[in-house]
Amino acid sequence: MFQIRCPYCGPRDEPEFKYGGQAHVAYPADPEALSDEEWARFLFFRDNSKGRYAERWNHAAGCRRWFNVVRDTGTHELVGSYRVGEQPEAAR
Amino acid sequence: MRRLPDRGRVDHDQRVAFSWDGRAVEGLRGDTLASALLASGVLVLGSSVLMSRPRGIVGDGVTDPHAFAQVGAGDRTEPLMRMHEVEAHDGLVAESRLHQGILPTGPDPDRFEKRHAHADVVVAGAGPAGLAAALAAAEQGARVILADDHPQLGGSLLGEELLLDDRPAHEWARHVEDALRAHPDVLVLPRTTVVNVGDQGAVALVERVSEHVAPEHRHGRALRRLWQVRTRELVVATGATERSLVFADNDRPGVMLAGGVRGLLHRYGLVPERCVVFTANDSAYRTAIDLVGAGVEVPCVVDVRPDPTGPLAERARALGIAVRAASAVIGTDGDAEGALAGVRVVALDGGAEEVVACDVLAVSGGWDPLMDLHHHVGGRARWDAERLCFVPDGTVPGVHLAGSAAGVFGTEACRRDGHLVGLVAAEATGHGSAADGPDAPAARDAAEAPPADFVVTPGTDPVHAFVDQHRDVTIAGVERALGSGIRHVEHLKRYTLVGTGTEQGRTAKVNAGRMAADRFALPFAEVGVSNARPPAQPVTFGALAGRALGERFDPVRTTSIHPWHVAHGAVFEDVGQWKRPWYFPQAGEDMDAAVLRECRAVREGVGMMDASTLGKIDVKGADAGEFLDRLYTGVMSTLKPGRARYGVMCKADGMVMDDGVVLRLAEDRFLATTTTGGAAGVLDWMEDFLQTEWPDLDVWLTSVTEQWATVAIVGPKAREVMAALAPQLDVRQDAFKFMQLEEAVVAGIEARVARISFSGELAFEISVPMTWGLALWEAVFAAGQPFGITPYGTESMHVLRAEKGYFIVGQETDGTVTPLDLGLDWMVADKEFVGRRSLRRSDMLRDDRKQLVGILPAERLPEGAQLVDDADFEIPVPMIGHVTSSYDSAALGRPFGLALVRRGRDRIGETIYAPLQHGTVAVEIVDPVLFDQEGARRDG
Repeated sequence: MFQIRCPYCGPRDEPEFKYGGQAHVAYPADPEALSDEEWARFLFFRDNSKGRYAERWNHAAGCRRWFNVVRDTGTHELVGSYRVGEQPEAAR
Repeated sequence: MRRLPDRGRVDHDQRVAFSWDGRAVEGLRGDTLASALLASGVLVLGSSVLMSRPRGIVGDGVTDPHAFAQVGAGDRTEPLMRMHEVEAHDGLVAESRLHQGILPTGPDPDRFEKRHAHADVVVAGAGPAGLAAALAAAEQGARVILADDHPQLGGSLLGEELLLDDRPAHEWARHVEDALRAHPDVLVLPRTTVVNVGDQGAVALVERVSEHVAPEHRHGRALRRLWQVRTRELVVATGATERSLVFADNDRPGVMLAGGVRGLLHRYGLVPERCVVFTANDSAYRTAIDLVGAGVEVPCVVDVRPDPTGPLAERARALGIAVRAASAVIGTDGDAEGALAGVRVVALDGGAEEVVACDVLAVSGGWDPLMDLHHHVGGRARWDAERLCFVPDGTVPGVHLAGSAAGVFGTEACRRDGHLVGLVAAEATGHGSAADGPDAPAARDAAEAPPADFVVTPGTDPVHAFVDQHRDVTIAGVERALGSGIRHVEHLKRYTLVGTGTEQGRTAKVNAGRMAADRFALPFAEVGVSNARPPAQPVTFGALAGRALGERFDPVRTTSIHPWHVAHGAVFEDVGQWKRPWYFPQAGEDMDAAVLRECRAVREGVGMMDASTLGKIDVKGADAGEFLDRLYTGVMSTLKPGRARYGVMCKADGMVMDDGVVLRLAEDRFLATTTTGGAAGVLDWMEDFLQTEWPDLDVWLTSVTEQWATVAIVGPKAREVMAALAPQLDVRQDAFKFMQLEEAVVAGIEARVARISFSGELAFEISVPMTWGLALWEAVFAAGQPFGITPYGTESMHVLRAEKGYFIVGQETDGTVTPLDLGLDWMVADKEFVGRRSLRRSDMLRDDRKQLVGILPAERLPEGAQLVDDADFEIPVPMIGHVTSSYDSAALGRPFGLALVRRGRDRIGETIYAPLQHGTVAVEIVDPVLFDQEGARRDG
């Protein structure tokens, strides 16, 4: 069971959180301008890499804020958390 | 075995009486089930799992391949309990079931609890290393939890005759325990096993709270307690386990581990009559020395090493014990019961077998650090060719190993190592400095001679020599596996089952791995042993469930009207966590009859239902309209205050996600209703977009589902009932139109009233603060009496909406259905919304998508029934769709339903077929709207 640092509330146990998949995948600004393939890539394709991975978490049973976490998918180490709008370098 | 009156840590004056296999047995207070049975002359516990060979107790602690028993009577019975952990007590009921227990059939009469705790340092194991680590960390100021399997702290110190600081070692253990218990920030948990280590110091412990007393003495205490501890550092001081040696008939009752024999003497005062020791290392000499000291005859120590000259061997010789160097036990002889009567000893350089009579053979093949908790977090191990055991290969951050779990042998060395590790762990949590900490105690253990690399006695009978006694795996079995081409220990494990089962190969898997290494002439370091996976010990499901059973398994949500439903005999349906009335049967009615009556009442008179569970989200802010436009397929921003509009939202993939009516309460405020089951998901979905995609929008979201109770009055006579309830409200059609919202006083309660209909009938939905729900409901029921108002449940609601062709999310939709598939083209506005782009992906434009249609089957079909084109078909036959809803209709006077059918809208009027078990049923495809197609009834 992870202990995740919510950037707004501090460290809390994993059951308080909901997972939200890969971070920094924005909803396309103009979906109608995309080809079927480009749109399908947005819908269905996500990274599945070993190592540091930026992912979204929601403090669902707490402040209900979305934020991002950098997690090492190889070691399960939680490198740090950062707020929406910040970049992974801000993780702490 | 025999009990000595003056030895052991049992209370020789306190007898306990219990039942073993239905007969009365006595033991002493302080006995375990295992020791009490040995003292009572029970040598044979039962027969083995595959070969039905007699088996007995082998050790005195966690390492024992056979000591598992069925414990407890009636619904308290538990299988595969560890006999060295089960404390003998008055009223204990146990029976012999070594390998296959039985499960109770009724609910567990005992209670299980959970506790959460935080710690700086958790120490697993209270032997010399664990006690020293806990004390050192505590003295540095760290918050410490110390857990140990046994009722008494001390670990190996209790099972040996040792001196520490020239005092008996168990006295030192008692002294440290007193010091720890005096610390305000130390929690000492005896009878507690650390079973799992997870991420970021999440440690699970199982405490045996009251299972060591009979049920009538538990006084409401939990049987066991699961501790979920978040610790910053973990010290694994779980000690080492002894492994056996492999020779013919090494599984006879009476063949024991040498450390176990010492433990039985020092813990319980139990001794054999005549004991031979067979060893590949020095430690087993202690067994010989201690037994002779207790007056037991030890004819010889059989040592595989050519020249055993260590201090312990010398002491043994000085006591007159014969040491047979360069020798091994090649087989054993049994008595009539199959228990040990003698051992056959050979010199390793050849020569004749010699039989030595004995009732116990104490064996030591070496010691394996117990590193399960280190392995749980991905810690590695390496083979140490000098110590002849696996030792930790580095540590994982936050998880330290101390004492013999770290491959440190020798009591004082373990204590010293524990002290140092305790300081390091404390420093890691910001308490003190390991470098400047209190001095570590000295380690002056006598040196031991090197152990021998020895597993199998050469020339022994491979068919009866057991590598894994727990799983009945012999040398022949391992050879067969290796001969078949298996080279990897994990494959060997799965092929032979070596190292599996309740014992998990503690006495066996190192030997199995070494045999594989020998066979392929590989360095053992490369072959290794199979993995240890959590939990470190079996955990009962009861401990994991705790009190989350029955009605506490999942929260139950009820509306404020619920007591009325119960009092009026409603049958309930679970919708998400909500309890909703399914139907209200009257005397003698079954469900079908009740639903037909309820539906008829709504279509012909007036009905009422509790709609409070519908999800309600308050959407507030200057950009609320814009926000809703981006999420719903329709336009909400053009809605005027006081008006309502039906909306559908899609996932990004274009599939229908949820639906509901959106009401505009004010210029900057909407109330979005959702399905009962979808409410939380929709709020999450909205929050996600608001926070991460459109943080610039001025919108605030609040769940108000539980703030409002809603009663729907539905049917041609709804207007009369509404008028009676709210005399000041103008309910005439011109003043109060469909999809209009009014604030009014209803039955004396301030309310919102909306003209929303999910049945096609004239309907008023009245919402009041939740606490007033029951009062409103009763007022509506009373006001409706002159009109025969009929309460109805979710089943009738489903029938009524299906007659109108209204879909239900999760019934007609399953995540593969778009608004266009449902015929909602009119709902899809020409503007951007989430998922819109998906609606023109190539797959969405196919002309053979499944579309929502009505069906008129010859008989009522089961929901989910598949549909095919032809009545006469051969399997395999293409499925062209399936039934999503199916009911009997009072209004239509026949069975009907909804279905998703390929090209369904183009096939209206055609007949397709539902193949059922009893025959094929003809199904006519019709328009989904089967009742009041012109929509004349909604205004009454």
